[in-house]
Amino acid sequence: MKLRYFAWVRERVGIPEENVDVPAEVKTVADLIGWLSARGEEYAYAFENPKVIRAAIDRHHVQPQAHIANAGEIAFFPPMTGG
Amino acid sequence: MSATIRLQREPFDAAIEAAKLTRGRTDIGAVVTFAGICRGDEAGTSISALTLEHYPGMAETEIARHVAEAEKRWPLLGVTVIHRYGRIAPGENIVLVITASSHREAAFAAAEFLMDYLKTRAPFWKQVEATGGAIWVAAKESDDRASERWTAPARGKSETVR
Repeated sequence: MKLRYFAWVRERVGIPEENVDVPAEVKTVADLIGWLSARGEEYAYAFENPKVIRAAIDRHHVQPQAHIANAGEIAFFPPMTGG
Repeated sequence: MSATIRLQREPFDAAIEAAKLTRGRTDIGAVVTFAGICRGDEAGTSISALTLEHYPGMAETEIARHVAEAEKRWPLLGVTVIHRYGRIAPGENIVLVITASSHREAAFAAAEFLMDYLKTRAPFWKQVEATGGAIWVAAKESDDRASERWTAPARGKSETVR
């Protein structure tokens, strides 16, 4: 699946997007955050406080317990500050 | 209802957009135009510019979803939402919401509803350029509260925006 990062999450991870193969036991957005955090220092830094991370699956806002099985694109970003 | 949703780098002209929405119409009795402007300071620090990052594709979809929700809640006759991205200097406009209805109550309420949701749900992020460097603007709790007040079930309706 494709992962996209925005704002300071993107800056901390160091790339705007990537394609990843996620192991079967990673079932939810929260699981994915945990899995990503273990991939390296930059990910651990980006996701150090999961409470402030927002996620979208296929361009819809989702909660951490959302299932990722059929996701094409998952995005991670900080709370939004538009308007 | 006619709805115009646009994301663009360029500034917009609020008066022209409002005129476009009402031209040739005799059913519209109220138009509310809200424009958000880039201030020259953020949290007491003077800034040289804002840079707005957005999630292309999702931003349009998310705004359209809330315009549709506003249309369900109020008898609207037209809506225009324009949100800029990229670098924006103090004094320049950032966002435009125009709502048209037969009467003012619906136009005022829908414009406020749309702005409150744009602040907290539309995927845009502001970064300020100040003398010390570039800083991401933190989300405000007051914006979350302003947005949450609309999730209380409307009279006779049970749908909420999630």
